[in-house]
Amino acid sequence: MNAIDFTTRLLAATLAMGTSLTYATLGEVYTEKTGVLNLGMEGTMLLGALAGFATAFKTGNLLFALVMAMAVGAILSLIHAFLCVTMRANQVVSGLAITMFGSGLANFLGQRLGPASNRFNLTGMNLSRKFSNIAIPYLSDIPIIGALFDVSILTYGLYLLVPFAWFFLYKTRHGMVIRAVGENPRTAAAMGISVSRVRYLYTLIGGMFAGLGGACLSLSFIPSWNDGMTGGKGWIVIALVIFSAWNPARVVIGTLVFGGITSLQFSIQAAGFKLMIPAQFLGFSPYLITLLVLTVMTIIAQKKRGSFASPSALGVAFAIDDK
Amino acid sequence: MRVHLQKRDYRSRRMTILVPVLSLLLSFFLGAIVLLLSKADPIITYRSMLKGAFGSTTKIQYTIAKAVPLLLCGLAVGVAFRLKFWNIGAEGQYIAGVIGITWVMQFWTFLPLWLLLPVGMVVGVLFGALWAGVPGVLKAQWSVDETLTTLMMNYIIIGYAEYLYINAWKAPRGNMGTILYPEAAWLPRIWGRVHAGIYFALALVVVLYFILYKTRWGFELNMIGKNRRAAQCQGVNIKANIILGMLLSGAIAGLAGAIDSAAVTHQLTKGVNSGYGFTGIIIAWMSGLNPFVSVLVALIMAALETGSDALQIMKLPSAMGEVMQGLILIPLLAGSVFIEYRLVHSSKHTEGRI
Repeated sequence: MNAIDFTTRLLAATLAMGTSLTYATLGEVYTEKTGVLNLGMEGTMLLGALAGFATAFKTGNLLFALVMAMAVGAILSLIHAFLCVTMRANQVVSGLAITMFGSGLANFLGQRLGPASNRFNLTGMNLSRKFSNIAIPYLSDIPIIGALFDVSILTYGLYLLVPFAWFFLYKTRHGMVIRAVGENPRTAAAMGISVSRVRYLYTLIGGMFAGLGGACLSLSFIPSWNDGMTGGKGWIVIALVIFSAWNPARVVIGTLVFGGITSLQFSIQAAGFKLMIPAQFLGFSPYLITLLVLTVMTIIAQKKRGSFASPSALGVAFAIDDK
Repeated sequence: MRVHLQKRDYRSRRMTILVPVLSLLLSFFLGAIVLLLSKADPIITYRSMLKGAFGSTTKIQYTIAKAVPLLLCGLAVGVAFRLKFWNIGAEGQYIAGVIGITWVMQFWTFLPLWLLLPVGMVVGVLFGALWAGVPGVLKAQWSVDETLTTLMMNYIIIGYAEYLYINAWKAPRGNMGTILYPEAAWLPRIWGRVHAGIYFALALVVVLYFILYKTRWGFELNMIGKNRRAAQCQGVNIKANIILGMLLSGAIAGLAGAIDSAAVTHQLTKGVNSGYGFTGIIIAWMSGLNPFVSVLVALIMAALETGSDALQIMKLPSAMGEVMQGLILIPLLAGSVFIEYRLVHSSKHTEGRI
């Protein structure tokens, strides 16, 4: 295999890997922009992956599967919004609760919704249809960047959703409202904006994106269901939001770099290089890299401006009559 | 007429007790809905869970034995949460403890047999403290987000532990797991399955209660969590306290790992990522970070785990235990607002303010 083939394949793997992450990260950016921190991403993605897979398995309808994945994402995030916005619960603990409940429920249902012939287990089942790659004629033949034009419909969707998110958040009036709610809810409320309504809405949207991100894993990337198959991707998403400095345009850089690093280990093995590193070390390398990058970036951000460009009211409950 | 929340002048004592109890009941009700939706009979399921947890002397012993590491993890998380340091890494710190004691048991053969257990436990505690100290220092020195660092460190050590029991430290026989600790160095059993680890756990409850509620340091930790700026004005060294608090938290989680492997598994092997560290988060939060209440909550959580293991006989996934544990937190979080707030009917002049 020559270098160009290798790079093209690496990019293709990166895009496949990065799609799920990008959906969930975009969703979390929407949510965090309004000042709500949703640490429930891991559980929401996992339940989305399950809902998508189970629906596709039972009905064979991929579109319906996506709808179901978004629906469970919406339900979980509504619980989070209810706890944090209406009941003013601690956002960190609430997010953890969502992750625990979502993961538990997904693993439980994964062993209940399967066919009787497989002891009601969904693990090991195959889908009759999946989101396959669609190659755009001519464009997909270009070396290296051709990989961008031979992806699944889910990835093509991101080519629209990412620029839209950036435009929406930074160039429209409604985007300004969202940012105002996240930066200074008191002022936003004084301007007549319903802080609770905005927070509910974008927590909901964030959850739907996370459900979709999970479904990307079970319907396109590896069309299968396994207990805990997100394997911490939902937490990587939280880190990617920080890396992207809450800017949708930079989300792509983060997910590409991250997806690239993760795919690189597989590509290197597939290309036949023998590594001196044990498999387990490669397995945890994404988390180690996330830890290191997070640390380095935080230190740099501190030296430069004292803190991150996070929404000022992130993680803080808002009540108008609190003093 | 609308209702809204109004801050109470004092925290409601009645609600502090009522909310967790009602949450527990409500979570069973919600769990029943989940069961009904997945075509299982809730009453039969709950009855067999109860039987699985407390149905016989042996089962009660199993439940108590399981409560020991859970209680310790709950205490560990509680110390960090008191500082508003969101340590989600008790799971990893627990594994660090297991790795520590296994290292001593396997390679410190120059020690006399009777010294292996105490030295192993000390090393386990130190490993746990070190693993927690890293995110502690990162947070104190550069405010690196601790939820992420502690969590990433879980994944790292889970992978490392796997490398140890599959490759580097694997026993010559079998395809995974280290060789068993020498039998003379096991933590003794005191009543059936219940082992001496329970003494450590209960002693720690008392010691921690004393430290957190009766000493100056405990007061400082509490103040940092409640009102950081006030603590700073009082001249409390926040950085040092965050690091010390995390070292203590990790040490306790490490102890949990060392005790459980010295008493139950006797080796480092698959299943070391038991989820105790995550359940510890629920225990800490449900007990209101109070060490004494943690004992009761840890028992309930242990019962949920042993009870749901029994479900496999009914061909129900044991993940039901996970579902129930997650479900408990949701009403609890929703209800906690009533400890500090009360519901009032809006009168005319406050109407429409929200």
